[in-house]
Amino acid sequence: MSAALKSLLEQPWSLWWLQGRRIAQIEVRRNLLTWKAAWVYFLAFAPVAIILIHFLFERHPQFALLDDTNVLAGIVQFYYIRLGIFFGCLGIFSRLIRGEMIERSLHFYLLAPVRREVLLLAKFASGVFSAVLLFGSAMVLGFAFMYASYGVAGQEYVFNGPGLGQLEAYLGVAVLGCIGYGAVFLLLSMIFRNPMPAAMLVLGWEAINPVMPALLQKISVASYLKHLMPISVRGEGIFALLTVQTDPVRGWVAVTGLLLLTTVVLAYSCVRIRKLEIRYTTE
Amino acid sequence: MTDRIIFENVSKFYGEVLGVNRVSLSLPPGVTTLVGPNGSGKTTLMNLMTGLVQPSSGRISVLGLTPGDPDRFFREVGYCTQFDSFPRGLTGWDFLFEGLLMHGMSGLDAHRLAYEGLERVGLTEAAHRKIAGYSKGMRQKIRLAQAIAHHPRVLVLDEPLNGLDPIARAESLALFEELSRQGMHLVISSHILDEVDRISDRVVLITGGYLVAEGSIHSVRSEVRDKPMQVLIRCDRPELLASRMFTLNHCVEARLHPDGHGVFLRTTDIDEFYRLLNGIATEGLVHIEAVAPADDDTRAIYQYLIGSEGGTS
Repeated sequence: MSAALKSLLEQPWSLWWLQGRRIAQIEVRRNLLTWKAAWVYFLAFAPVAIILIHFLFERHPQFALLDDTNVLAGIVQFYYIRLGIFFGCLGIFSRLIRGEMIERSLHFYLLAPVRREVLLLAKFASGVFSAVLLFGSAMVLGFAFMYASYGVAGQEYVFNGPGLGQLEAYLGVAVLGCIGYGAVFLLLSMIFRNPMPAAMLVLGWEAINPVMPALLQKISVASYLKHLMPISVRGEGIFALLTVQTDPVRGWVAVTGLLLLTTVVLAYSCVRIRKLEIRYTTE
Repeated sequence: MTDRIIFENVSKFYGEVLGVNRVSLSLPPGVTTLVGPNGSGKTTLMNLMTGLVQPSSGRISVLGLTPGDPDRFFREVGYCTQFDSFPRGLTGWDFLFEGLLMHGMSGLDAHRLAYEGLERVGLTEAAHRKIAGYSKGMRQKIRLAQAIAHHPRVLVLDEPLNGLDPIARAESLALFEELSRQGMHLVISSHILDEVDRISDRVVLITGGYLVAEGSIHSVRSEVRDKPMQVLIRCDRPELLASRMFTLNHCVEARLHPDGHGVFLRTTDIDEFYRLLNGIATEGLVHIEAVAPADDDTRAIYQYLIGSEGGTS
């Protein structure tokens, strides 16, 4: 066994796991149970509220099921991926480090006997969990209300047709979107005092990414997610700006590519947090 | 493992602004007071010691450990910072308990230590109130409780008496004394020199980022030979004593004690002063009850070396 591997195995992994879990628990509570998270709830559940209103007061005729399936795909593709998850993750993940610096409370974490990498990864995990919980449950609810309005036909589509598979794909896209955007915004919030301008640049980058050379298209969260959508909706008018058109890629390549991108971003974030200094006066 | 806190030629620059410059220290266990005016580099030294800022050059170790190894380092070190801010929405209990859970200890141990920490600072009754509703003194106490809750061997305290009422100050000082007696390192910065002086074993004087002097209070004072030293002599005939000392020695100032049973004498030659005082005592003209240095303290050293008044309570 090489010395490096032996040294790796001798690390206190169980302690780090325990510490990470506890930090994540604390952070999930702070992410979700605060008034500041209200707008993330709004971003997640606004489409659900609209679908619910349709379900209660303005049911579509039975023949519109396939149209509504496309509408749902459009909501996931245009709204959740490009706006809801994007800005939701911006809110959640930029609070994790930068927010604590603004509130002057990050030093309590840095003075605990916890490796900074463990702290960062635990905070990241808490962010992913919080974002997936909000956006995943919003997607499930939206999906349920959408097909519930079609009664038996809806049940048939969901349980005996492609419905459940599509829901799984949407949830997978939501999870990967939260992981990808989360990692990017966590890093940006460590680099910039105000990550908003940088986030706008990322949004612009995602929009123009399809016209970039193939190599640069790989540095985009949305372009990977596009390949995982069960139904592809072509954008028209203003929605065309939010549509990512890239060369077809296999699903496993898209997932691996996104996870690889996330790993690189998180690795660099770990390097940054090791050098992080507490200088609240400059915040 | 060494039992010292060691700074080896440590410098810290914030861009072009000097934090501290080429500081070398070796602090044994006991109470060390960092003394210096605002902006002199006291907090920077403490932040460097605990890894909240990184040195531009030089090396720091605490009991042979560095903040780069936080798993071990922060089990031995507690730092009560000056930052008067807390994570949102927490009660005093949550603040301590959650901090202890992050150490990786069991819930039962964290519970026991959190309660003990709160008890030591006298905050058990307010434990389940939100910190946001605490007074300044209570917030100071809860920070102190968090710094000591895990039983560190090194306690770093940045202005720990700020915001405390006189009773709480006395209790905190008693706690610091007790911790020091248990063999702990206490590194304290405070502008309330009169109070900290009572429990300090040594002082580190710093101004403008430069180390001015370091050592036991007496030895640092002795090094300031060019400054007249003041001695209080308790006796039955202070006026007579003052006039004799003026004729025999290089006394530069005499001031009667307000109660009329003593005199403050300032001399430029302390050794000769004591020799002559012994002579007067043996003559029997003046009955001397007690002799004590009146400026062998942090405040006087601060004044002599840094040139301004240290703060008072």
